[in-house]
Amino acid sequence: MSISLITAVLAAAITAGTPILYASLGELITERAGILNLGVEGMMLVGAVTGFMVTVQTGNHWLGFCAGMFFGGLVALIHAILTVTLRANQVVSGLALTMFGTGFSGYLGQKMIGIPLESPFRAFNLLGLGKIPFIGTVFFQQDALVYLSYLLVPLCWYFLFRTNAGLNLRAVGEHPGAADAAGLNVALLRYLAVFVGGVLSGAGGAYLSLAYSPSWVQNMTAGRGWIAVALVIFAMWNPLKAIVGAYLFGGIEALGFRLQAVGITISPFFLKMLPYLFTIFVLVLVTSGRNAGAPAALGLPYEREER
Amino acid sequence: MICDRFGIKIEKQLHTTLWGSLSVPFLSVFLAFLLEGIFLFFAGYDPLEVYGVLFKGAFGTKFGLSETLVTAIPLILTGLGVSVAFRMGLWNIGGEGQLYMGAFAASWVALSYPDAPTYILQPAMFMAGFLAGAFWGLLPAIPRALRGVNETLTTLMLNYVAIFWVGYLVYGPWRGPQSFNFPITEEFSKAAVLPHLGNTRIHAGILIALAAVVIVYFLMKHTVWGYEIRVAGESKQAANYAGISVVRNILLVMMISGGLCGLAGYCEVSGIFRRLQHTISPGYGYTAIIVAWLAKLNPWAIVAVAFLFGGFLAGGYSLQATGLPSATVTMLQGVILFFVLAGEILTHYRFRFYRKGGLKA
Repeated sequence: MSISLITAVLAAAITAGTPILYASLGELITERAGILNLGVEGMMLVGAVTGFMVTVQTGNHWLGFCAGMFFGGLVALIHAILTVTLRANQVVSGLALTMFGTGFSGYLGQKMIGIPLESPFRAFNLLGLGKIPFIGTVFFQQDALVYLSYLLVPLCWYFLFRTNAGLNLRAVGEHPGAADAAGLNVALLRYLAVFVGGVLSGAGGAYLSLAYSPSWVQNMTAGRGWIAVALVIFAMWNPLKAIVGAYLFGGIEALGFRLQAVGITISPFFLKMLPYLFTIFVLVLVTSGRNAGAPAALGLPYEREER
Repeated sequence: MICDRFGIKIEKQLHTTLWGSLSVPFLSVFLAFLLEGIFLFFAGYDPLEVYGVLFKGAFGTKFGLSETLVTAIPLILTGLGVSVAFRMGLWNIGGEGQLYMGAFAASWVALSYPDAPTYILQPAMFMAGFLAGAFWGLLPAIPRALRGVNETLTTLMLNYVAIFWVGYLVYGPWRGPQSFNFPITEEFSKAAVLPHLGNTRIHAGILIALAAVVIVYFLMKHTVWGYEIRVAGESKQAANYAGISVVRNILLVMMISGGLCGLAGYCEVSGIFRRLQHTISPGYGYTAIIVAWLAKLNPWAIVAVAFLFGGFLAGGYSLQATGLPSATVTMLQGVILFFVLAGEILTHYRFRFYRKGGLKA
């Protein structure tokens, strides 16, 4: 492989990994508070369609991106009501959210199919850094949302591990009873974590429809939401590791496209299988007995009476 | 408890009343329809008209009713399949992929032996469908049983793999010579097609589905093994203490679960399509999850719920005449599941209202 092909694949890996990165950061925060939300796929789809619609209406892709985040967070609140307040089964509630998001986005996007986006997020050279050979070409000839995600990763890490609020959030996920006794509002913190998870999933979805492939196609997330959930396990609930995983998955997706371009004749169906097979492979590899780093109270409803 | 401030207290109820467990599913479906109706109203549709079309398309005509029955067949089988896994606390969301693998294997038998007589071909396709589905269920079960790898994610990932595999076949080596470039295989021989009721689309798969219901009911309720599964589902520690092998049961349960979903694939290709094609399911494997949950994993209730949801799906196609996409029905399914989950609080908990002075029942 020539060096130019390698840089092209790596740059594409970042672009392809970014929607997964946004979503998995969101899921990571949600899970750190002890709530498992399997509705990422649905929230991403809602973010993708609402972001696209608002951008088409207003012509402003930043407004669209914000709308995608907002509506992603809004549908996440359904999960919060069901699992935090009503203590419903988190797995089934997440599945319901995915189903609802798939249907809702399909309904909303019905009239959006085939409309081209006039003003998508476009790649630009960040502060001249893009001129640095290799590294610049890979990392700094991207669009604004990719640059935003570079900031978001250390920010999430700092928030979780270096601030009081982050400590409180993790306490709620590790031992809600103790957190409650210490005077924290368990339910409120969990609501916030689920909301932020939805906001970031919505951002990941909006990235797909506003930057990655500027259009609306039904079910355009194509399982990326699920890969994002798997990535949280891979990252051992650490934002800094999530970025590695996201670009790894992005790389596999990007490689599939490039292999075809080079003339390697593998059926595209096998190339499309790769990210999913790789996810299974990674899950089997990183899971050993007990999930290292998993919040202790993940998936369990909290009831004060049963403390 | 966040409700404290509002003067409502949610308390756990020790006894669930029969009335509660029966009324909640019905109430959930009703409320879901009500909410979606309000949504449709504000979206500029006449909800009564939309539901009229939906119900007429599902239950109102002879054709609609037969379509509902035909759609209920794969829903019963997949719903039964995932319920077996849920019973043991295993989240098999891979029903869709297991269905596709069952369809693939049954088609392979049918296309490989076009001259075989019915009495050999049909049992062979049946077995192939079951085994392929079972294999697809076993794949994620092995890492789950041995290393505790999250089966929710692995079963789901395998859905994509199975669908792409069938896509590869029908767009590639299996594309029929007379398919006019459509991604479909050659038509099966007559012997490979399940018999139909008169000139309707209702096929013998319905008997297979009902037989499966009886067998699963018997296995779960009247065998020691069924009891072991339920114990292991309730508490892994209790199962270990009682000498029940959790590892062996995870593998077995996931194979049966996948096998039942594989049978749904066999029924679809043999009874409906008479060939393999890329889209053989509108997401039966996912709808199955709602069917199983709404039916509280009871095999008999699964039949009733599958019939109802078969109606929603069949009626969903006629919705397109009113300008609504079939995604509306997917949305409705999600909303129903929301209400079912919320409704469970009514069976397991009770609300107590109180004023500042103290508790008042």
